[in-house]
Amino acid sequence: MNFANSFTTEKLQEAWDLIRSEFLLATWQTLYVTILSTLFAILIGMPLGMILVVGDKKGISPWPQPVIKAINVIINLLRSVPFLILVVVVIPLTRVIVGTAVGDVASIVPLVIAAFPFIARLVEGSLREVNPNIIEAAQSMGATPMQILFRVMLPESVPSLITNFTLAITTILGYTAMSGAVGGGGLGKIAITWGYNRYRYAILYAAVILLVVLVQLFQTIGSYLARKCDKRLRT
Amino acid sequence: MIRLVNMSKSFSTASGMVDALKHVNLTINDGDIYGIIGMSGAGKSTLVRCINMLEKPTEGSVILDDLPLESLSEVKLRAVRREIAMIFQGFNLLMQRNCIENIMLPLKFSHVPREQALARARELLELVGLPEKERAYPAQLSGGQQQRIAIARALATNPKVLLCDEATSALDPKTTHSILELIRDINRKLKLTVIVITHQMSVVQEICNRVAILENGTVVEEGEVDRVFSEPKARATQSLVYPEVADGTLDLTAPGTQCIRISFDGADAASKPLLADMILSCGIRASVLMASTRSIGDKTYGYMLLEIPGGPSDLAVAVDYLTGRPNIRVQITGSYDGKEPLA
Repeated sequence: MNFANSFTTEKLQEAWDLIRSEFLLATWQTLYVTILSTLFAILIGMPLGMILVVGDKKGISPWPQPVIKAINVIINLLRSVPFLILVVVVIPLTRVIVGTAVGDVASIVPLVIAAFPFIARLVEGSLREVNPNIIEAAQSMGATPMQILFRVMLPESVPSLITNFTLAITTILGYTAMSGAVGGGGLGKIAITWGYNRYRYAILYAAVILLVVLVQLFQTIGSYLARKCDKRLRT
Repeated sequence: MIRLVNMSKSFSTASGMVDALKHVNLTINDGDIYGIIGMSGAGKSTLVRCINMLEKPTEGSVILDDLPLESLSEVKLRAVRREIAMIFQGFNLLMQRNCIENIMLPLKFSHVPREQALARARELLELVGLPEKERAYPAQLSGGQQQRIAIARALATNPKVLLCDEATSALDPKTTHSILELIRDINRKLKLTVIVITHQMSVVQEICNRVAILENGTVVEEGEVDRVFSEPKARATQSLVYPEVADGTLDLTAPGTQCIRISFDGADAASKPLLADMILSCGIRASVLMASTRSIGDKTYGYMLLEIPGGPSDLAVAVDYLTGRPNIRVQITGSYDGKEPLA
């Protein structure tokens, strides 16, 4: 079995049959795993990012610094574990939460654990970009730290947050494909188990092309939204 | 009334403690437009931030109508800050919110119902002369228009005091003038006390009634603007009022030097050549030692320093002629001590 043999009429016919029968479901799995993982990761990561900025010792409402340091350490720790290893390490936790460590739903657990520290850092970055003079202006108006966060910092950083969440969702999409190699579902599983492991390169390439198209799609939509809602660019 | 009593502020930096303000004592009366002027690094910004406690003084007291602000809890301090509004050099509007939402922001902070806040914001847009910009975003406005929106936002909670931190420093002379006029207007209409932080003498001259000169964190001179300008005592004041004197290129203390400082406050210059008229109709000589004037429309602002070489009687004639011209103020300066009768 060699590479050139993978693209004979017969092989292509076989690939086409598989694409028709399997790809729709796989694409759907990839999509919902990506979107759900991103949402959960934002749900956990965003408050952490907000705490890191607001609770900073020079922030608008300083927290006890050991808490801030602990959050930083956890984030750095999780960010430094390679994703493939993380998937294996969290298998016991995945079993507890989902009931099984295999399949598309199960892959959401490691994805969220890998992505929320990333999201926390992105949110932290977006909030730190807010012009400190605008924050000072809000303080001079007698705003509480919560009011400054929700009425000034978050609204001001919306375009930056959209750009960063787009970056996150495309990264997470890449991770879902990786999780396909270790029991996850979706296009990554098709590419690796059906395509790569069984030398059906036509299927491998078809899956990769679909992943590329999905990333492009998310990126285009995200960039468009970020540009559309940024009121600084109006002339 | 605002009183700063023996107020000091120190910062710890990498290179040790820096005393930004040293034992500042100032009294600002209700209705004043009070100028605080100094070179950059003199401590102006720190001083103004101590007034609303954005910076806590290390020592001393800030007293607003008998209320010492440094002793207040965070919650009470926030309530007081609604009475001390502030505008900035960089306007500091929310760039992602349109004008009306920006003006409503302080009202949202104090939980004013939306309908009521909207009505108040529209009233303020009218006051600052931009009713048609309700839906515009800051990025669509000029600098002067943004500062007008910032002023409207500052006024939303009906403050007693308006702090202006280099509010016109980013604007061109014409816009500066229109913003200063708006501030003076508000001061009169709303009986608002205004504190103006600036490095520009022209700003103080145009709208302030009192001024304090800050140098290296210390108030070196304080008083009525007219008095401070006519007889600047401290070296820092002299270098602000007469930069050439401070340079040493001009010596007003030489015996027998008689000078007049003429301030133009919107004088009608285009149709009346003031100096030429004076020289021709009074028959006295005058030479211009210094001049810093600018024309906005057909009005002149700024000042001129004239030397009148002809003795006390000529000086008296000149003062007599110039006093009483509309929008011109005359001050005698130089070595002439004012004791000897002029005429």
